[in-house]
Amino acid sequence: MRSRKQWLFALASAAALCASACGAAAAGIDKQDFGQIERGEYLAVVGDCAACHTLPGSGHAFAGGRPIETPFGTLLSPNITPDPTTGIGAWTDQEFVNALTKGTGRHGTRLYPAMPYTYYTKLTRDDALAIRAYLNTVPAVHNAVQPDQLPFPFRMRWTLAMWDELFFKPGTFHPDPKKSAEWNRGAYLADGAGHCGMCHTPKNFLGADDKGQRLRGYALQGWFAPDITNDSRRGLGGWSVGDIVAYLKTGHNQTSAATGPMSETLNLSTSKMTDADLKAIAVYLKNETGEGNAGKTASADPPDQTVMKSGEQIYADECSGCHTPNGKGIAGLFPSLNSSPVVQQTDPTTVLHVVLRGALSVGTKPAPTAPAMPQFAWILSDKDVAAVVTYIRNAWGNSAPAVSAGQVAKTRKMLVERSD
Amino acid sequence: MARKLRHKDVVIIGLGWTGSILANELTDAGLDVVAIERGPWRDTATDFLISYAQDELRYRLHHELFLRPAQMCVTFRNNSSQTALPVRTWGAFMLGNGAGGAGVHWNAETWRFLPTDFTLRTHLTQRYGANFLPDDMTIQDWGITFDQLEPYYDQFEYLCGTSGQAGNLKGAVQPGGNPFEGPRSRPYPTPPMKQGYGHVLFAQAASELGYKPFPQPSGNLSRSYTNPLGVTLGQCTYCGFCEWFGCANYSKASPQTTVLPVLLRKSNFEARTDCEVTRINLDRSGKRATGVTYVDTSGSEIEQPADMVLLCAFSLFNVQLLLLSGIGAPYDPNTGKGQIGRNFTHQTMSGALGFFDKDKYNFNPFVASGAIGMCIDEFNGDNFDHGKLGFVGGGYIGEVQTNGRPIESTAVPPGTPAWGAKWKQALHDNYLSTIVGGSCHGSMYSYRDVHLDLDPTYKDRFGRPLVRITIDFHDNELKMSAFLTDKYAEILQEMGAAQVVKKPRKGPYDVTQYQTSHLNGGAIMGTDPGNSALNIYLQSWDVPNLFVQGATAFPQNAGYNPTGTVGALAFWSAAAIRSQYLKNPGPLVHA
Repeated sequence: MRSRKQWLFALASAAALCASACGAAAAGIDKQDFGQIERGEYLAVVGDCAACHTLPGSGHAFAGGRPIETPFGTLLSPNITPDPTTGIGAWTDQEFVNALTKGTGRHGTRLYPAMPYTYYTKLTRDDALAIRAYLNTVPAVHNAVQPDQLPFPFRMRWTLAMWDELFFKPGTFHPDPKKSAEWNRGAYLADGAGHCGMCHTPKNFLGADDKGQRLRGYALQGWFAPDITNDSRRGLGGWSVGDIVAYLKTGHNQTSAATGPMSETLNLSTSKMTDADLKAIAVYLKNETGEGNAGKTASADPPDQTVMKSGEQIYADECSGCHTPNGKGIAGLFPSLNSSPVVQQTDPTTVLHVVLRGALSVGTKPAPTAPAMPQFAWILSDKDVAAVVTYIRNAWGNSAPAVSAGQVAKTRKMLVERSD
Repeated sequence: MARKLRHKDVVIIGLGWTGSILANELTDAGLDVVAIERGPWRDTATDFLISYAQDELRYRLHHELFLRPAQMCVTFRNNSSQTALPVRTWGAFMLGNGAGGAGVHWNAETWRFLPTDFTLRTHLTQRYGANFLPDDMTIQDWGITFDQLEPYYDQFEYLCGTSGQAGNLKGAVQPGGNPFEGPRSRPYPTPPMKQGYGHVLFAQAASELGYKPFPQPSGNLSRSYTNPLGVTLGQCTYCGFCEWFGCANYSKASPQTTVLPVLLRKSNFEARTDCEVTRINLDRSGKRATGVTYVDTSGSEIEQPADMVLLCAFSLFNVQLLLLSGIGAPYDPNTGKGQIGRNFTHQTMSGALGFFDKDKYNFNPFVASGAIGMCIDEFNGDNFDHGKLGFVGGGYIGEVQTNGRPIESTAVPPGTPAWGAKWKQALHDNYLSTIVGGSCHGSMYSYRDVHLDLDPTYKDRFGRPLVRITIDFHDNELKMSAFLTDKYAEILQEMGAAQVVKKPRKGPYDVTQYQTSHLNGGAIMGTDPGNSALNIYLQSWDVPNLFVQGATAFPQNAGYNPTGTVGALAFWSAAAIRSQYLKNPGPLVHA
């Protein structure tokens, strides 16, 4: 392994030399190639670069400074505008490609894996260069950011080399000739630039993807990013390819509405992607088998019937007006709880979050309504919330573990401490 | 000295129905628009929570959604011989406040006026002769026809998703609809509301008596609906908390549920809430508005320059701002000269209570909605021969179960003590078997003496004179009200009521008795500056870059709720601005 890294370093240095000696064109960027710039802009949308590298409300695209929450502390995103001193203007194209696909900074320092290079590594060199070509065209902003904000020992970047050794497998995407071109395109986008697993794949104790649990859901930022495999209960098994495309395009489909961190992903990224690419991603996700527990109930013990009865009554009083008595909601307005994957995730964080704090669904041009769920933290006790959430997780054929008042209390406390 | 802001293409005063519609139309035309709203921002999930939206004490009795009299008030008197006094708590009408305006707290009864309502003076004079109308009645034609306005009624109804049954499709009378309505170009966007037992009984009785009952057109929707702007509304749950309340589940058409979500996404739109416009500024000629001055919550005075000013506040305050800004000549009831403040009208509401045998009838009054119900239109406008009746005007008559709320829906038979065990027993016995929701929605025509002007004594918190209302019922309206009430009582009898208590409207006009919040006129539209403040496109005759929206423009009121016509006029005016004014800013009609 060591020798491979040395080799890579040598290659990078050579490329950097070449870039500086031969100019940008030789490295694959032509400033007049507007097709390349446009492709790069699109890939930057797919990669959702702006989500981390643009501070919302700052008016300065890609100038960094946005706090990035990780399980190990908060980082600040760097400036990736072409500013030569505080941005990446002085970087060679190869340095840029290395950062994107190998997780190395300008002088060989390691990037924190909050930068999804573990996914971007699948990008072809052409695509990585296209992104660079696009970033060359955005206004340079002088904005010095000190990204290192983590506490000891995580702030010691040399430890990241060990992390990479353990968890990072660099390498461009290799199409699977046994699968369709559409599936391959979907895999390239979802596992590469799109980095879906960054939120949706469970992590180990060092924050690396648990490869055996790909896309089966992960708790982060006060939410639970749900299972997006084709699992019929907790995943996308009940959604058609069209449902997934509608959701990614508009934030809404017949049964569901995007909220929480996915709202931002929708606004900045998926809503701007082509229908063909969204369909490719949908086809790819529909091929992910997931846990494969179709038809099985999620917990061995059926929920306590007294709790269910109490939950049913709370549901009738507080929820049924919008979500309707049979839990099916109103298409485009009130999400269906009946058969809802989000409701049935093993980890109830998202449901508890929504019930306690309420939630604003995303508004998009084709679906501007952006209906919101009011908060119930002020009116329902921990026991009430536990009962009603247990009820909706197990009514109408739904099945998921019962929620305890203790879990509700914990989520309530977490939400009090979170400002977002 | 007011701080002066960067120039905008359009400044809108008030973000209710008309402000929202105009803002959406003009931002679509590419203009940079700012709306300045006196009240707070309001949206469904944060302000009308399903858990407490149905609080009768908070919203109905304590007026949570309405303007605070300390914030802005009006003064009232019945006639010029009296001294007007400030209205300390709202009674006869409710004045909305905040984003969405009255579109938040309305009942959502979404009517079109009759074709003859638009040509009222001409029509009545032709049919009954010039001497038939009282001398002091100042009704006039609108200057536009129903057919001209029809496409814009349609536009408003499709924006709202209005639930109803067409009565006249392109001239062909439709079974089950209102046979008297003007020809509509297509059916309502959603089917009629489901009707309760009392409504069904009313319809049966009305049919027995030879009338043609039809479901009331409703902006509380019978089913979910996505409007042409892409905004989705839900299905009404018949909770009966509509008028005075914000709708908690997105099923009442309001700016919040139809337009604002789209408007807020536009980069060329901005709303400034909790900011009160104190005057419209004019240039030295007095013929061009240069923008507005407003005061924000810190008390700072701010000037917003703009090319166009759209006055979209509530009718009373539109007139107040015109008077305070020196736009147009104030109306003088002694001479009949001047247009600002003229032809102010309200409504002439009446009804009857029907007490039914409690062992045979159960109306479940709490299963209700603001615009549910069955109505007849035989006695509206000039749908019937007034020749021998000695009055003009009329109204729709309907059994409209808007609510069964616990505090106010407490009708008991005459003779019951006002409190105590006997009152409780009577309420217990009658709650389910009494029809209280019937109404005769009578018109109020305009008169020489009924008007608005600035109060000589009382000032608002900025030291500006309050608007003064001078209003009383005239014999014509009281006769009409008695006639309509009798007709409704006959239907109640036919329905099987054991006891009917008629409640015709009586004079004098009482500012403490709620009727409706339909205050109209004061800066009316018309064909020339001698008979109106606005031309037919709602453009000020005096200041052509000022358009005044809303029921302010009605020359007189009809026997319907006004919002459908308010919405239609907003779209009509917007179309004229987009297709004519923007290409060639200036008067759209040359006087």
